[in-house]
Amino acid sequence: MSLVLSEEQHLLKQTAAEFISEHSPITHLRAMRDTADPIGFSKDLWKEMAELGWTGILLPEQYGGSELGMAELGVLLEECGRTLAPYPFLSTAVMGATAIALGGNEKQKSNILPGISSGEQIVAVAFQENPRFAPYAISTSARPSDDGFILSGQKAWVWDACGADQLIVAARTSGEPGDRRGISLFLVEPSCQGIAITKTQMVDSRNSARIEFDDVIINSEALVGELNEGAEILDAVYERCTTALAAELFGISQEIFERTLEYLKTREQFGTLIGTFQALKHRAADLFCEVELTHSIVLEALRAIDEDRPYRERLVSAAKARASDTASRVCREALQMHGGIGMTDEVDIGLFMKRAKAAEIALGDSSFHRNRFAEVTGF
Amino acid sequence: MDEETILENFRNELRNWLEANCPKALRDSAANTKNSPRQEDHAAWLKACASRGYTTPTWPKEYGGGGLSKEEHSILLEEIDRIGTHIAPVSFFGTSMLGPVLLEFGSEAQKKEHMPKITSGEIQWCQGYSEPGAGSDLASLQTRAVRQGNDFIINGSKIWTTGAHHADWMFCLVRTDPNAPKHDGISFILFDLHQPGVTISPLMLISGQSDFCQVFFEDVKAKAENLVGELNAGWTIAKRLLQHERSMLSGGMPGGARPSKKESGSQKATAPRSYLAESARPYLGEEGGQLNDPILRDQIAQYELDSLCFGLSLQRSGQEAKAGQGPGAASSMFKLYASEMNKRRSELVMSIQGASGLGWEGEGFTPGELFETRGWLRSKGNSIEGGTSEVQLNVIAKRVLGLPD
Ligand SMILES: Cc1cc2nc3c(=O)[nH]c(=O)nc-3n(C[C@H](O)[C@H](O)[C@H](O)COP(=O)(O)OP(=O)(O)OC[C@H]3O[C@@H](n4cnc5c(N)ncnc54)[C@H](O)[C@@H]3O)c2cc1C
Repeated sequence: MSLVLSEEQHLLKQTAAEFISEHSPITHLRAMRDTADPIGFSKDLWKEMAELGWTGILLPEQYGGSELGMAELGVLLEECGRTLAPYPFLSTAVMGATAIALGGNEKQKSNILPGISSGEQIVAVAFQENPRFAPYAISTSARPSDDGFILSGQKAWVWDACGADQLIVAARTSGEPGDRRGISLFLVEPSCQGIAITKTQMVDSRNSARIEFDDVIINSEALVGELNEGAEILDAVYERCTTALAAELFGISQEIFERTLEYLKTREQFGTLIGTFQALKHRAADLFCEVELTHSIVLEALRAIDEDRPYRERLVSAAKARASDTASRVCREALQMHGGIGMTDEVDIGLFMKRAKAAEIALGDSSFHRNRFAEVTGF
Repeated sequence: MDEETILENFRNELRNWLEANCPKALRDSAANTKNSPRQEDHAAWLKACASRGYTTPTWPKEYGGGGLSKEEHSILLEEIDRIGTHIAPVSFFGTSMLGPVLLEFGSEAQKKEHMPKITSGEIQWCQGYSEPGAGSDLASLQTRAVRQGNDFIINGSKIWTTGAHHADWMFCLVRTDPNAPKHDGISFILFDLHQPGVTISPLMLISGQSDFCQVFFEDVKAKAENLVGELNAGWTIAKRLLQHERSMLSGGMPGGARPSKKESGSQKATAPRSYLAESARPYLGEEGGQLNDPILRDQIAQYELDSLCFGLSLQRSGQEAKAGQGPGAASSMFKLYASEMNKRRSELVMSIQGASGLGWEGEGFTPGELFETRGWLRSKGNSIEGGTSEVQLNVIAKRVLGLPD
């Protein structure tokens, strides 16, 4: 697939840019933050996005989805990055949808997927337990009981868990934390007895929570996919979400770079525009190159998943590492080039920097992914 | 006949021709160790390639080129690749720099005269741009050319002229109007270096090679018919040529920042490998396939990762240009990135090789090590030649980002 957007993708980009900048400009995130909104986004707007076919973007038509691919999802996430739209794309449209579509049985699919496509179901996927991402470091356990399992343990940093309609929980059914085998996924109602969801106030003002499972009784029908083979599903979930994060980070980089460039062309000091200073010009030119390079690898990784290419983990990791480093660098430089005003809450740079940091750390930072890139490349 | 059949016929004919004309010793480049090619093989292959214009495959036939369409050109590259050989090389000063600007700015007579001799390799060209007092600020050049009858008489000096001591002709920037503003008094002219008044002194580089020279002119003659474009309008041509030069440099740095065709090919099913990492194994040691030095391993990973992104960006820029979607990101960006990458690669290799990378020549070092060491020194010039990295950053800031002066 070409690294240039097709006509349809271009159209999608236009629609997304218009819709998101109108309905979820950055002031929207600010308002959610300042009013301490319990879920951090508007369910009504999410339903409108559903009508545009975005919430079920990866799902088959059979379940109300629009059956598009990662390339299209990337277009949306890039636009979300530009305005920091706090919508549950990653949790629901990517992770939840992927887990059920790939691992679920027919009943689970028909129970959950149409609700994702219609925007009525918010699904949170609970996988992480430790501060640094390690894909299989799961110790929350699900031990067998009479007609099902008993779930106990803790998850943290679970996106969009506050107000979620469904939880998908990765739990250990055999082996040790760190083992790839022995993980199983369960579809659980958040209202089950023994589940406590506590909101965590995050630096990026997104919906995120700690979840405690205190001997939660679940029946065997809750199992998604094969017992002990949950990593098969989880890997696909991680892969798509990692790449989606890279697209979001790229969107952030682009936006913040353009805003900084604009500032260099308007702010005056010493009787001249600060954009005339070579010390700033060169850094801007350098950032431009970094953003361009990031663009290419993000497009390539999205397409590699759509085309089911062998060794695509290498591209996915390259995209996440690159996008994380670029976003971090662009944000730091943007703040510096804005001077004192860049430090204020009133100017948006800080909001971008905070979201970029969260996205950078999610599902492995750049050193995690460089290491994986090296492993896949055989050294 | 439909287009597909035409292309298929082209491919078949080409295969037969390659079979008959490409010397066996020049094929299967990597595997072929028993049959090392002789001088005659190279000469025969150059003659064969030139006879079909394949050394400049897309130039029009009437100027000696191959006259190939884009599709035919891709087929040529595929078939050449398939038998593991390369098109016989001729000087890139002619093929990648002068030729393209002659096509755009040259007179019919100039094209007919000079282009076929580039294709055949008969004339070697060099680039007379930089002067002792005019480097980054090229437009301040002082070499004078004064019209006298049918000639221009040239006096002055050029420096850092790569390959001048092996070259036959020079394309040269000269001042033809000393009173005009500096960009408006420059002309682009061609002349023969084999004449009285031309003195060429090679300069020794830190790599021990003398790739480049200082060239002195004392009443050197250039025929007026070899003035390219209008008198005093040479600056536009000069800049266009620099764009061609930068594009070429971003693809063909000595040591090669561009990933091999195979690596950038999207559907590759064999396991990805890093040449750099593989060559580091004996020096760093390994455990369970992983290089032992975690820091160098990370730096290699970062290099490979950037190199991948760079290759994809070249690919994307080509596709964007084809799709007519905006200007592909500027040639300056690629020149900048390729040269900085290549320097990085060389520094990494030096770290990896340790004391084995400190050899200058002779016993005690493998040819590969000696080559890398010289290459490390040579790579330092990458961010100076063709416009320094700082100048590329200036160009991006101004032309791409629109930052004020
Ligand atoms: C290997 C090699 C091959 C070459 N081959 C050729 C050739 O075949 N033909 C030819 O004509 N020339 C050739 N050159 C010359 C090359 O183009 C010049 O060296 C180059 O343009 C820089 O000019 P300079 O050496 O005079 O350095 P200067 O222009 O004096 O630069 C010195 C330093 O100042 C910086 N600087 C200058 N101006 C600015 C500015 N405006 N903003 C910020 N920084 C600035 C430069 O980046 C550099 O770091 C070659 C050079 C090398 C290294």
